[in-house]
Amino acid sequence: MEEAVKAPVAEQEEYVINMGPQHPSTHGVLRLVVSLRGEIVRNVEPHIGYIHRGIEKMCESITYPQIIHLTDRMDYLSAHINNEAVCLAVEKALGIEVSDRVKYIRTILSELTRIQSHQLFWATFGMDLGGLTCFFYGLRDREMVLDIFEETCGGRMIVSYNCPGGLMNDIHPNFQNRTKEFIKYFRKTLPEYDRLLTGNVIFQERLRNIGTVTREQAIAWGLTGPVGRASGFSCDVRKHNPYSAYDRVTFNEILYKEGDSFHRYKVRMDEMWESMNIIEQLIDNIPPGAYAEKMKPVIKLPEGEYFQSVETARGELGVYIVSDGNKNPYRVKFRSPNFVHLAPLNLMSKGAKIADLVAINGSLDLIIPDIDR
Amino acid sequence: MKFSLYDFSSFTAWIDSSLRASMSPGWAVAVEMILIGIAILIFYAIVGLFLVYAERKVCALMQNRLGPNRVGPGGVFQTIADLVKLLFVELVPIKNADRALFNLAPFIVIIASFMAIGAIPFAKGLQAIDLNIGVFYLIAISSMGVIGVLLAGWASNNKYSLIGAMRSGAQIVSYELSVGLALVTMVVLAGTMQLSEIIEGQRWGWFIFKGHIPAVIAFVIYIIAGTAETNRGPFDLAEAESELTAGYHTEYSGIKFAFFFLAEYMNMFIVAAIATTVFFGGWMPFHVYGWDGFNAVMDFVPPLIWFLVKTFFVIFLMMWLKWTFPRLRIDQLLTLEWKYLLPINIFNLLLMAFLVLTGLHW
Repeated sequence: MEEAVKAPVAEQEEYVINMGPQHPSTHGVLRLVVSLRGEIVRNVEPHIGYIHRGIEKMCESITYPQIIHLTDRMDYLSAHINNEAVCLAVEKALGIEVSDRVKYIRTILSELTRIQSHQLFWATFGMDLGGLTCFFYGLRDREMVLDIFEETCGGRMIVSYNCPGGLMNDIHPNFQNRTKEFIKYFRKTLPEYDRLLTGNVIFQERLRNIGTVTREQAIAWGLTGPVGRASGFSCDVRKHNPYSAYDRVTFNEILYKEGDSFHRYKVRMDEMWESMNIIEQLIDNIPPGAYAEKMKPVIKLPEGEYFQSVETARGELGVYIVSDGNKNPYRVKFRSPNFVHLAPLNLMSKGAKIADLVAINGSLDLIIPDIDR
Repeated sequence: MKFSLYDFSSFTAWIDSSLRASMSPGWAVAVEMILIGIAILIFYAIVGLFLVYAERKVCALMQNRLGPNRVGPGGVFQTIADLVKLLFVELVPIKNADRALFNLAPFIVIIASFMAIGAIPFAKGLQAIDLNIGVFYLIAISSMGVIGVLLAGWASNNKYSLIGAMRSGAQIVSYELSVGLALVTMVVLAGTMQLSEIIEGQRWGWFIFKGHIPAVIAFVIYIIAGTAETNRGPFDLAEAESELTAGYHTEYSGIKFAFFFLAEYMNMFIVAAIATTVFFGGWMPFHVYGWDGFNAVMDFVPPLIWFLVKTFFVIFLMMWLKWTFPRLRIDQLLTLEWKYLLPINIFNLLLMAFLVLTGLHW
């Protein structure tokens, strides 16, 4: 009799699989412990820390210019923007106003960084969904941005181009021409992305109403960047709290109400157009001036707490520095968008299929080293 | 006889008579079987290797790449080099795997595709066995491969593999219906299940032209369902590498993996070959009724070339699908089959029956 009352074995037991830390769709060493019932996801438990390097702790024992090189290694696709965040925080603490030239160059490079990050997102997102061709299209165009970086910054991905007070060196003479060439080329190529993927029926069916987050949930979970804006949460730091030259350009903040995976993708696609608009407004008007302010050889921040947030390709990156007046900070805390975005993964993917979990994970565009730091 | 120039039946009849002259009929049949087996094996290996190479080149074309271009002219020997590598790769023994089933699975998959090849007419007289229920036989044999896939998923004691096998089971059982019904639609038009007669019926017009709209619908459904049945993108759910790493063959290595790999490509070839036979006239050259000069020129091209060109055209279509489409989700896959393809198919079958009964086809 007892056995008859019990639910069937298949419904009692959970089929637990480990996605990761070595798995093609987690984009790095993220481990998701997924409880399944057939194809349906019942629970997702992210395990992080496989690439923890203790960046925040390391920052406490090195000087401010050195910290910049560590921030590259957090969200490596927004390397330049991460650098900028630390520089802005240090400059704010010291009360330094950088020249317009620096501001313009930083803004242009930030937007180029955003474009290449979204290109890689598009490439890998297509691959997550099984469209392998996207990967090569995305990387082909990203290569052009990386070449611009290489010429001006020396590095391709890990640029480390900023330093407190300005830039490491001046832009390459080719920089403006190459950037303009790229924009001209990419304005023609971006519609190709839409033709290959966005309009595809399978692609849309896979993503619409999958992993939906309402505006309230987005605010409650602290989702920012494309993830938050797809839910209708106006959170663009560039708009609300402009830094560098963002107060001198006109651009739209992309907002959607739906909050599903497809609109997270849409926000990024539209942001590439906006980034190109921003660059076009600035690229011909880079004012002359010094590329860096004169700084003391040893930078010591006055005692106090300093915070600066910037908009990386993934969302709001906050840099919080506590200084005790020494040449190294007392404490540094990074508010990284990816760590925050990982948290509601369980909420989004409960009741979805395994394939949806991969799609949701892809649409969050997580960078694992930024989660672990 | 019009096709005497390229008729292989005289060649096979000569082999048969010379064998029978020198030995008893029983031995002659046995020797013929062995010869056919060797011929199919060699053909299988060559086509398999060529298809892998073709897939890489087509994929490279779609993706702005060069593809293999180092080993041999244009990289043609790349797949041979890969095969040699696969032969020497260690066969990793899996802990707690069901050893017998684990080893059996790749053979079932590959034997299913071997058996299907035997019934395909490559040219006039170049067919191992011309069954009077040829279409039925092909449908039956091509669904045998799923047993191997299920066994592989179950026996490897891997959770991803099991999900892959589960998906594959659901998928192939569903799409088998569409493949079957699409072919039955064409059988209604042809009035026979014997493949040689189906081809003979297309002498003055391939069935895709002859059968009006129902034939075109049947072809589209057949291509969709055939792609699904071979577990290829956008229906490659069973091995979805971004979800299940490699699905049912995650745990296989070396030559056992190569069996799965080769069988996948050969299944694609078989699906394309059936499509060619049933829709594009098999080895039958392109004829227009009344244009005798034109027809004579067309007849001059060997039927084997006709067959292979048409088959590779269909294969190209399937590769094109794979490299441009994202993957479906399992529920969408089943919805597509049960809610759309199957009703359309049944309606299409009735429409075709109506056309044939009223004599509207020509």
